[in-house]
Amino acid sequence: MSDRTAAALEKFQAFSARLDRLPRWTPYAVVAVLAVAAPYLLSSYDLNLLGRFLSFAVLGMGLVLLWGHGGVLSLGQGVFFGLGGYCIAMHMKLSDLPAGELPDFMVWSGVTELPWWWAPFENPVFAVLAIIAVPGVFGALFSWLVFHRRVGGTYFALITQALALAFATLLISRQDWTGGFNGLTNFSNVFGFSFADPATPRGLYWVTLIILAACFFGLKWLLSSRFGVLLRASRDGENRVRFLGYDPANFKIAAFSIAAMLAGVSGALFTLHAGNISPALVGVVPSIEMVIWVAVGGRHSLIGAIVGALLVNFARDRISSAFPDLWYYFIGGLFILAVTFLPNGLSGALDRWRGSKA
Amino acid sequence: MDASLFLNQLFNGASLASIYLLAALGLALSFGLMRVINMAHGEMLMVGGYLAYLTLIIVPGPLGILVALPVAFIGAAAMGGVLQTVLISRLSARPLDTLLATWGVSLILQQAARDIFGAIGVEVRAPDWLNGGIRIAEGAFAGVSIPSARIFIIVITALVLGGLALAFQYTKMGLLIRAVNQDRMMAAATGINVKRVDLIVFCLGSGVAGLAGVVLALLGPVTPSVGQSYIVPAFLVVVMGGLGSITGAAIAALLLGMFSAMAQISVDLSVAQVLMLVFVILFIQFKPEGVIARKSRALDV
Repeated sequence: MSDRTAAALEKFQAFSARLDRLPRWTPYAVVAVLAVAAPYLLSSYDLNLLGRFLSFAVLGMGLVLLWGHGGVLSLGQGVFFGLGGYCIAMHMKLSDLPAGELPDFMVWSGVTELPWWWAPFENPVFAVLAIIAVPGVFGALFSWLVFHRRVGGTYFALITQALALAFATLLISRQDWTGGFNGLTNFSNVFGFSFADPATPRGLYWVTLIILAACFFGLKWLLSSRFGVLLRASRDGENRVRFLGYDPANFKIAAFSIAAMLAGVSGALFTLHAGNISPALVGVVPSIEMVIWVAVGGRHSLIGAIVGALLVNFARDRISSAFPDLWYYFIGGLFILAVTFLPNGLSGALDRWRGSKA
Repeated sequence: MDASLFLNQLFNGASLASIYLLAALGLALSFGLMRVINMAHGEMLMVGGYLAYLTLIIVPGPLGILVALPVAFIGAAAMGGVLQTVLISRLSARPLDTLLATWGVSLILQQAARDIFGAIGVEVRAPDWLNGGIRIAEGAFAGVSIPSARIFIIVITALVLGGLALAFQYTKMGLLIRAVNQDRMMAAATGINVKRVDLIVFCLGSGVAGLAGVVLALLGPVTPSVGQSYIVPAFLVVVMGGLGSITGAAIAALLLGMFSAMAQISVDLSVAQVLMLVFVILFIQFKPEGVIARKSRALDV
């Protein structure tokens, strides 16, 4: 070894020793500062992407609760994502219009009167409540129907996939009510903030960040609560939980409903960042891709879900713009590798690495 | 609603049920043995379809389609064998992870098909003897028309179903498969090589899906996503059928095929799809263990 490399190595060791002396929360603090300052650090294109992907992370954290801790695999999260997205999109469509007029796509399809279930979405408070309530209520009803008959596991996953297919085809076929294949798009403002104003995307990003943080800490609390313990117990030994006098179905239904609400919030935020919502974002393929974000990050880890959502989606943006055909090989390989070799995702790998170091 | 429309839809339902059944048989059998679902099973249909296309290029004549059937069966079975050996057998203790990993396989196979054959799809021309049909012009059932291709589908399905039932009942392998299906641990304890049984059943099921692919090629173009359009109903057949029962799968496929065809008399395809899901969810309210329930005192079957 030459003197130069020895000196460099020494320097590096000194540096890493100094890093080790920093408080444990340092990396979290650095990330938090960077996240808050992102609007001043990134181009508006990248900021928009970051906003979209942080919205995805909200859905991903719901999957950590449902799949990682509840052992319930849903291949239909896109449905709830879509419900939330369409709720806010319907509101923006209506608020753009002068009173009494119909959204453009309805006029094109020859609709003469606003469908009754569209009308209340003109009210912003109703729309915001609906973003949470519609997916929540629908998720609770759907999961109750399946879980109370003790149907679960693989069967449940297959049924949720059929749900995603049915939802997407229904959206496409009811062009006159939903905008069909193109979905809802062309929004000028949300709650009075114009999308043309450069401050709006920045504000939107911070709102997304705050909601993400709130969901993160809320879920962290929930997972460490009694409910979290019983949910994990239902995952690991359903019958034992039953013998203890609890009904595991209730915990699964609760987890599914919360995950559905988070997916709804995620869909609404995404719609705001992306400026559109369409069936292509809610069907079978996007729904199962949502699971892979979490699988990559680590299904048991909330931070893993955020990291996974960002990593997979930024990779998608970069790869599919450079080599569009390669993306499917990449994501396909990712599905296979993530579950065969990294069943606990990156966070699991990190824990193992830390464990071996200590 | 007139009688001829009803009869036409009845027949459509039977042929739809046949395709669902061919697509679902392999899934249901493997699920009974290993409790895992292969999400790339739809791509076995696709492989069968493309193999039919290739076979018909080499063997053009009117009987090319009859050559394509065994080719597709063997091709898809070989592919299934590789998939089972390399991936699924390693994951079989983790059913949900198997879903995800095999979905990855499905994405890769679809993209590969897109790269090899193009995204638009290829046409397989049905031979003349399959192009006609039975048409009733007079009498009480005037207007009933039954395309030969659909009769062909039903005949193939009946043959496959009958063949499998006989093989399960009267061959040594069939006996072993039934044994593993009933009680895997006990079967292993008596010296049956359960991994080999898994592999054979998986190959068999993939091969049958390959046959379904040939049949689909007669109905429309073979595209990279041709399997996807039939696989979700096939999954629902598995959910409704009950564990590892051929009879259960057959009844479930018939119920779903008929339901879908009858629903399409009054509503469009997309609503029929929604109704089909509603039907399955309502069905499990009454029979959560499927059409044919396995009798067992075990806590978890």
